[in-house]
Amino acid sequence: MYYNNEIETMPRADIEKLQMTRLKKALHAAASTPYYSKIYGEAGIDVSKITTFDHMQQLPFTTKNDLRMSYPTGMVTVPLSETVRMHASSGTTGKSTVIFYTRRDIEQWAEQVARAMYSTGARKEDILQNMMGYGLFTGGLGLHYGAEKLGCLVIPSAAGNSLRQIQLMQDFHPTIIHITPSYALHLVEVIKEQGIDPHSLGIKKAYFGAEPYSDATREKLEQLWGVKAYNCYGLSEMNGPGVAFECAQQAGMHIAEDYYIAEIIDPETGQRLPDGTEGELVLTHINREAMPIIRYRTRDLTRIIPETCGCGKTHRRIERIKGRSDDMIIVGGVNVFPSQIEAVIMNIPEVGNNYQIILEREEGLDRIHIKVELYSKLFKGDLKALQKLNKEIVEKLRALIIVTPRIEFMEPGSLPPSEGKAKRVFDNRVI
Amino acid sequence: MPHQVSVFAENKPGKISRVTEILSRNSINIRAITISDSGDYGIIKLLLDKPAQGNECLKSEGIASTLKDIVAIKIDDSPGGLHKAASILASNSINVEDAYGFTIREKNQAVFVFQVEDIPLTEKLLKNAGFELLSDSELYLL
Repeated sequence: MYYNNEIETMPRADIEKLQMTRLKKALHAAASTPYYSKIYGEAGIDVSKITTFDHMQQLPFTTKNDLRMSYPTGMVTVPLSETVRMHASSGTTGKSTVIFYTRRDIEQWAEQVARAMYSTGARKEDILQNMMGYGLFTGGLGLHYGAEKLGCLVIPSAAGNSLRQIQLMQDFHPTIIHITPSYALHLVEVIKEQGIDPHSLGIKKAYFGAEPYSDATREKLEQLWGVKAYNCYGLSEMNGPGVAFECAQQAGMHIAEDYYIAEIIDPETGQRLPDGTEGELVLTHINREAMPIIRYRTRDLTRIIPETCGCGKTHRRIERIKGRSDDMIIVGGVNVFPSQIEAVIMNIPEVGNNYQIILEREEGLDRIHIKVELYSKLFKGDLKALQKLNKEIVEKLRALIIVTPRIEFMEPGSLPPSEGKAKRVFDNRVI
Repeated sequence: MPHQVSVFAENKPGKISRVTEILSRNSINIRAITISDSGDYGIIKLLLDKPAQGNECLKSEGIASTLKDIVAIKIDDSPGGLHKAASILASNSINVEDAYGFTIREKNQAVFVFQVEDIPLTEKLLKNAGFELLSDSELYLL
């Protein structure tokens, strides 16, 4: 019942041995890159001495900012002629975080996703309607290649255009959908408005990813769609979807442990925490030629479930993501940092520097609502000018964060000042 | 040239009283008030006896307020009174961006206050047509 019997049911000791073999290789490759050779050189780290899981604690963490600083190829181990694909993290422009893949890396990623899908019960007879974004974002293409590897027919419909999604469902009878939970909530309503019973569509499984959601919402979505829902975890820095995936037991996401070494740390001190304790997930990619990333701080909060899973896989599981150890917010699957919004607001003279970000869910879709204060000295007394300014801010933010915000002008002095620890983000979404 | 004080206000209870309280405390009289609303927020437009002082008082209390040039003319408070002025503006392709009016009962007259892009030209046209243009002080004396 496994896609790769040998790897997926490998005894723990053998997995750990395999991880160390791959870690050594990854470290040697990493040490040849401009970024890691400098970091390890300065810290006096000899990577050949890192041979155990415990030794890894001597290695500095890699952060999203380190990836930005080494933009575009500072962590790449091979000439770009050896790479076949790149992806970039969503929600950032300018110096985004770019990940490169060799042909082998793409194949390995496909295998990783195929394996995960197989353990949810997917087979080559299944048809996947992939409603995740295609493009620089890893969500769409990641699942796409995995499903093809498994032999499924893939409908690469990408996100949005609900009526066409429904038409495709009626005409091609997908058995699996890959979708963000918020879009799934919206789409099911549109289906019902069309007078169609969602249960009649023949969809059996749903893979939900790209944004955090609650167990209650999972149950609700399972009922609304008449499907079994499986949680899917991934981040572009670690390939994309498939890093961890639920099996048919629906009891936590199995990490692909032959690809990654997972650690849980205290986000404040950086100290490693024992299995079972909640903390920040740190991942080392030990199976990517083009770009091995060492001890990457995901900022995602979870815990490792040490007990073995009923499905028989020996790869350990992580719990659903509880939250973030930084201030990143996810809006409709897109990563947004309040600092990006702040940078735009700071550069518009007609508004002050204080702001509030309010996240809401309307008709199943995430809305971002930003309150800014008018700067009294530049107030022109003209409603038309205000509407023009409003549009200008909306356009500038949309270009940066992809999602379209609603801007609300406030009277000067009505928002708490930016000094100190003013709460800036109010998440009113119920999911 | 007369002035109007334009004040930004959120569309919430208490926003007008905050402005009127400041004006009252500073003994500034309101001749006319109108509000343009745009959903979440709007602009309160005030004709004051001391527009410049009123504007400063509001600003000093942290309110987004500004002085705007306007055109104010006297018209007859009888059918066709406004039409006479409006048709002059129309035949000269002058667009009225924002306007309001009020009557002066005792004198059987009315005042038409409006915003246009080219104030000197508008004033000239109306003056030539025989309309009486009002200044800040004249507006208050009505």
